[in-house]
Amino acid sequence: MAPAVTLRSAVALLGRFPALAGVDLDVEEGSVLAVLGPNGAGKTTLLHLLAGLLGLRSGTGHVLGCDLASQRRALRPQVGLLGHRPMLYPELSAAENLAFGLRAVRRPPGEAVAALERVGLAGALATVPSRSLSAGQQRRMGLAWLVARRPALWLLDEPAAGLDEEGRALCDALVEEAARGGATVVLTSHDPDGATRVADAVVRLAGGVVAAAWVGERVHRVA
Amino acid sequence: MWRDAALVCGKDLRIELRSRVLVWQVVPFGILALILFALALGPSLDALRHGAPGILWLALLLASVLASSRSAAIEATEGTRATVRLLGLDAAGVFLGKVLALAVQLLVLTGILELGLLVLFHVDGGRLALATPLSCFAVVALAAVGTLYGALVAGTDVATTLLPLLVLPALAPVLIAGERGTASVLAGGGPGRWAIVLAVMAVAYLAVGVVLYGPLEDPS
Amino acid sequence: MSRAVDRALGPVALGLVVLTVWLGLWVTPPDELQGNIVRLLYLHPALAWVALYLAFGLAALSSALYLWPRTRASRWDLLAASTVEVGVVFLSLTLATGMLWGRPAWGVWWTWDARLTSTALLELLFIGYLAMRRVPADPHTRARRCAVLALLACLDVPIVHFSVQWWNGLHQGATIDAGFQFHVHGSMLWTLLLSFLAFTCVFAWMVRRRYQIAARSEEVEDTELQAALVERRAEGVR
Repeated sequence: MAPAVTLRSAVALLGRFPALAGVDLDVEEGSVLAVLGPNGAGKTTLLHLLAGLLGLRSGTGHVLGCDLASQRRALRPQVGLLGHRPMLYPELSAAENLAFGLRAVRRPPGEAVAALERVGLAGALATVPSRSLSAGQQRRMGLAWLVARRPALWLLDEPAAGLDEEGRALCDALVEEAARGGATVVLTSHDPDGATRVADAVVRLAGGVVAAAWVGERVHRVA
Repeated sequence: MWRDAALVCGKDLRIELRSRVLVWQVVPFGILALILFALALGPSLDALRHGAPGILWLALLLASVLASSRSAAIEATEGTRATVRLLGLDAAGVFLGKVLALAVQLLVLTGILELGLLVLFHVDGGRLALATPLSCFAVVALAAVGTLYGALVAGTDVATTLLPLLVLPALAPVLIAGERGTASVLAGGGPGRWAIVLAVMAVAYLAVGVVLYGPLEDPS
Repeated sequence: MSRAVDRALGPVALGLVVLTVWLGLWVTPPDELQGNIVRLLYLHPALAWVALYLAFGLAALSSALYLWPRTRASRWDLLAASTVEVGVVFLSLTLATGMLWGRPAWGVWWTWDARLTSTALLELLFIGYLAMRRVPADPHTRARRCAVLALLACLDVPIVHFSVQWWNGLHQGATIDAGFQFHVHGSMLWTLLLSFLAFTCVFAWMVRRRYQIAARSEEVEDTELQAALVERRAEGVR
């Protein structure tokens, strides 16, 4: 089976800064890859590249069969991204934000309710403007969006950030469920312990390149 | 395209109903503009009546820049931009949806400014009502230009200063046609010729926006 | 463009301008009605032609080629930017020479005639392009925004062109109309035609130089990027 993600010498720029300076990476379909690294290593940029939101300056990349040089638009409907910033419109409630997103991808808006319940944002929390939610609750809203959307590729930027212990356990459970369902997950983290709990493979980014990689049983040695 | 347009229009109008930026910021600014222009013209009733059409359209233009800026700012936060791009909405549909939502708000604004004109500038209300076709076509043109230029500057650090510089010269033809048409109506003529000019502008800007919004928002 | 043509362009342009000035100031006669102010005829229409049709026409074409995915390349963005910069200079000179002519002819420096108004708006639209050009952004984002802006601004060009026919203002009609009917004759006609050629060559020379500067800047940026990549990779090793 072809890997879900293949990057070779991938260079991507933020403005004129080479955030990724030649990344070589393979991610097997249905697996969970954790990307570690210090601040400024290029972890978020890597996720944006894999989402098709950023172009390649040089090198090659294929994600879910789509060429990053020419097929980024075709890739995007298959991708779900949980970023640092709130996912949608702060004036709308979590339920309204998810319903908007589901209608946009031609799915029944009613699926938003179940997704929000799954992440613990039921009742009043689902109906207040999302700007009123705490950072952790907004994270959960982002996770609910991925649960509702069920993309083939999950891209999670420090998913545990801002979550309490229950939230982190929920996040791990959702990642495992997604992988069991056939989705590929790439998540970034500052926490090697947290990453190795769920990851099948771990890479460490530094200076915009992959500095080290661990796969399978060796993953547990990262911590 | 139309389905996405309806979705985006509904979303923008819902956000406006919640935030009420039009009610609490844009409309008051428009009325403030009317008052300041009246002060600048002086107390002569003749001068005010003569200048009323120009002042109406100038106030509408300036307030529409605010409204366009707000419409673009809704989409401009980093998380929102990323998530919306991943939704795969039709770019032309997004453009038309935002234009429609903005046009509805500008129509409300125009109605309130025309009321202001009645009260502050003593124009003939019955004659002013005949200028309605002008307003309808003009707000579509204003909304189309505002949406397109708003997307142009969204995400830059200088959006608030750059947008007026870019959009106001492009809206000058709307200002001219709107003022001439309103002046003609208030003088006893009809809006016919100028309404057609504004309709042509509206259609042209919509067509250009449908073509150019996609490459602007999403280069891939 | 071959090196020989490139090297010859500057001197040829200069020579043609000198010839135009000599003919315009000393050889051609004053006009029966306008007197010596008619000599601005050898500047104003040519400047306008270069700005409106050559410069902004090229800017629109280059911008469209940049936005079209199959032809997208940074050279179109650089060409568009170069032609707009030069075009704004020529359009400013058009407005200035028009005002110099208008003061003695109409008695005013400026009037809100349709041709003048639409030309002034065109100038502002392209000044907006230049302002956008200076907003910090990555090269592709800047190129995209500017390409769209150039196409929008060029919508005013046909309005400027047809303004005299659509609204019968003060500005006179074309000295050489669309049917190639000439409204001047003899040495005035030849000097007028020469001025078009001279300023077209000046335009080509200026755009060529400006493009070369922009292309060199891009090469420097590419070199800097390679250095930045090396430095960035070294961060990973440390």
